Amino acid sequence: MPEQLIWGMEVFFNGLMAGVLYALVALGFVLIFKASGIFNYAQGVMALFAALTLVGIMEGQVPFAHLINAIFGTEIHHFGWHVPGLLAILLTMVVMIALAWAVNQFIFRHLVNQEPIILFMATIGLAYFLEGVGDIMWGSDIKKLDVGLPQGINGPIDELTYNIFNYGFFIDNLDLVATLVAALLVIALVIFAQYSKQGRAMRAVADDHQAALSVGISLNFIWVMVWSLAGFVALVAGIMWGTKSGVQFSLSLIALKALPVLMLGGFTSIPGAIVGGLIIGVGEKLFEFAVGPMVGGATENWFAYVLALLFLVFRPQGLFGEKIIERV
Amino acid sequence: MLDQTEGFVTEDGRKIGPVVMEMKNITLRFGGVVAIKDISFDIREGEIRAIIGPNGAGKSSMLNVISGFYHPQEGEVWYKGAKRPAMKPYQVARQGIARTFQNIALFEGMSVLDNVMTGRFRQMTSGFWAQALWKGPAEREEIANREAVERIIDFLEIQHIRKTPVGRLPYGLKKRVELARALAAEPSILLLDEPMAGMNVEEKEDMSRFILDVNDEFGTTIALIEHDMGVVMDLSDRVVVMDYGKKIGDGTPDEVRNNQDVIDAYLGVAHD
Amino acid sequence: MLYREAGDFKTSYVADSQTFPIKFDRYRYYAVLIIGFAFIPFVINDYWVNAIFLPFLIYSIAAIGLNILTGYCGQVSLGTGGFMAVGAYACYKLMTAFPEVSILIHVLLAGGITAGVGVLFGLPSLRIKGFYLAVATLAAQFFLVWLFNRVPWFYNYSASGQINAPERTMFGVPVTGPETAAWAAYLFCLVLTVFCALIARNLTRGMMGRKWMAIRDMDIAAEIIGVNPLMAKLSAFAVSSFFVGVAGALFFAVYLGAVEVGEAFGITKSFLVLFMVIIGGLGSIFGSFAGAAFLVLLPVVLKLVGVDLLGWPTDLVAHLQLIIVGALIVLFLIVEPHGLAQLWRVAKEKLRLWPFPH
Repeated sequence: MPEQLIWGMEVFFNGLMAGVLYALVALGFVLIFKASGIFNYAQGVMALFAALTLVGIMEGQVPFAHLINAIFGTEIHHFGWHVPGLLAILLTMVVMIALAWAVNQFIFRHLVNQEPIILFMATIGLAYFLEGVGDIMWGSDIKKLDVGLPQGINGPIDELTYNIFNYGFFIDNLDLVATLVAALLVIALVIFAQYSKQGRAMRAVADDHQAALSVGISLNFIWVMVWSLAGFVALVAGIMWGTKSGVQFSLSLIALKALPVLMLGGFTSIPGAIVGGLIIGVGEKLFEFAVGPMVGGATENWFAYVLALLFLVFRPQGLFGEKIIERV
Repeated sequence: MLDQTEGFVTEDGRKIGPVVMEMKNITLRFGGVVAIKDISFDIREGEIRAIIGPNGAGKSSMLNVISGFYHPQEGEVWYKGAKRPAMKPYQVARQGIARTFQNIALFEGMSVLDNVMTGRFRQMTSGFWAQALWKGPAEREEIANREAVERIIDFLEIQHIRKTPVGRLPYGLKKRVELARALAAEPSILLLDEPMAGMNVEEKEDMSRFILDVNDEFGTTIALIEHDMGVVMDLSDRVVVMDYGKKIGDGTPDEVRNNQDVIDAYLGVAHD
Repeated sequence: MLYREAGDFKTSYVADSQTFPIKFDRYRYYAVLIIGFAFIPFVINDYWVNAIFLPFLIYSIAAIGLNILTGYCGQVSLGTGGFMAVGAYACYKLMTAFPEVSILIHVLLAGGITAGVGVLFGLPSLRIKGFYLAVATLAAQFFLVWLFNRVPWFYNYSASGQINAPERTMFGVPVTGPETAAWAAYLFCLVLTVFCALIARNLTRGMMGRKWMAIRDMDIAAEIIGVNPLMAKLSAFAVSSFFVGVAGALFFAVYLGAVEVGEAFGITKSFLVLFMVIIGGLGSIFGSFAGAAFLVLLPVVLKLVGVDLLGWPTDLVAHLQLIIVGALIVLFLIVEPHGLAQLWRVAKEKLRLWPFPH
């Protein structure tokens, strides 16, 4: 087999793994969008915020230390304890739920019945706000996140592929774990949305919140729940990306990558988010591999968007979205 | 029957002109659902033509076909003596067909005056650069059309709300503004989609008066959909009755009123 | 009583459709122009020009541009930074290729080229709506920045990958390059800002503006009453991109002088201009100025208070700024979606009655 093709296969697999992570973030978008019609631009910043909080709790950082020091002239930074990974994750989840409550209480409760585009712009404001809060709370330096997930090259795959192609594929253990977690998460969410009472209420709210209100569903409860779920998905995504490339601002940019994923998959479709994520992940890695060197590289910056744009021109509702029927 | 190609005069002395629009064997399907099935009728110049029928009979779809929003799978639309090719809605509008909507479709963020001015797109043709400069042709055109629009505003008695944003108006006034916008286009045919839906008796009387006045004053041909039978019978010269996408009656109000199919459709038939 | 329109009767439609129908507004507008042209150039220094006046004027042009697209035509764009980059690089290529041609013409041509690119990326807007389109404009943002970063022709194969504005003059006075006097740069930008604002105002009060607003408020109804949606949207993209391109050209040539594309015209720039439009007021030319002024002044004031007065570290103040801007955006969307412009209108209504509110 020619070398190019084998390398291409390796790129393909790595693209699949990246795609899973894109899909994971996109999933958070779909959840919120389906239940509230809000297109949550802040999803990526939520992932960053979750990862920052997790690291901060594990390391025993004092929240807002920077600000406190500046105001009172003190020099405090750490509590001096370390919190084990699992407990820290739980605590972070509590923070994310509190955040969900606050977001609903102070922002979106006041924006009921607004046009989607206004809601969208509000989430951009939320993203800025949260980014600032995250930085002030935990500091803006790049942090390492290690909750004990396996990392590094996967031995068996390396060996297996070496035996077949005489060339060992580099597949990161972390990516494999991420794929597994993403798959479990998706299954859990689908089951939750389809079969649980809350899930059904969630879908009812998504369809028509006034009708839902009239049959006795608490909108506030559902919305807080949905934002909490999105916070949970953000936490998982934050752990994966944070472990992979450190907790830093660029983490919030993966949210932007999830947007073309959604355009491709359709904003309301969970399978769409997954398939879209895989297509984008594989597509951009293969494109960079095949075309990138000829045009100066770094095509990953725009490939996903241009692909989604071209795709939308021909199928405006996305791969799995429902057909848009216009009426007067 | 007399030859009526060149028009005729009705019993109460109204002059009806020749056929201006003719629908020939229109069939419209959405997927497997047949919304309109093989319907033909015509609209004559200067008349008030009503389309009636129970809910879901396909009346609104018919209006949408006339205004170019839906494209029928079969059949032809003839307008002013020529077959109309497939057109986009804005092209139809530029041929002089204006309409109002069942669920008011005004531009909520704009003032009443601006809304009515949008009806004049057909008349205002100054180019981009003229508009960018404003002084000169664009301003002259704006003023001339403003005068025309102010006449319509006077006519429909909405002077006092001229500069109010449309979003703040009550329902009845919105309906009137929408009529003003359609009239501003100086249309050859004016389509009214349930102009009196959701109105109380007084508002209906006002609206009926406006419709008759428009027809009288400007000689505008009007095709309207309406549920209120009394209103329809009083206003219109001829009526098309639809049921389940089919035409079941066509003629003067009196003829339609005595048509057995129509009575069955409205009152129901005993099935044995 | 401070602000009145009673007794200010109009006897013609010409008088009724002018830019400032109320006498008081008109006089104030003339006063601002006179101060701007005849007073400020004599008193300002480098700090004021570079910290406040140049960014204010240039961002005002960009905000007017985005407001036409988003506020008037209802098409949200997140590609403003990318389009500004087009203006900047077009201006740079023109300046270096035709040194003998006036810089004014280069800036306007750069706007024209940006208009063309804008139309190209606006084409999908006929099929894609709402935030689908917003996300699609991100494609323009990322692709354009990448293009100027990676294709050496655009930066004339310079080793640093930066572009530097050479010295160009108007009436013998340098307006770009390191020798530029503060007042010259200021006046050059002011003239262009006034020019752009006038054109924007004329377009938005006439038929063009009504077409845009009709598309914004209800696109299907607009089409049925005779607006060609493709033409309306593309003209909005073209006009908007022209202004944004002019702003980009000025930002590079007059304000910064040297530009690295990712830094100067990244996605944050797109958001900054969008925020100006939201805070200032969607669908208002005055709002574009207000929003630009607000977001130009905010960091200056914060730095004065936070860093210089309280002695806090710079990065802390920068983070606080993020929080404040984010909170303000949300606050404005909740309380006053029409932004500062609407607050101003309300204030005027109050002043009309003051001091006798009953």
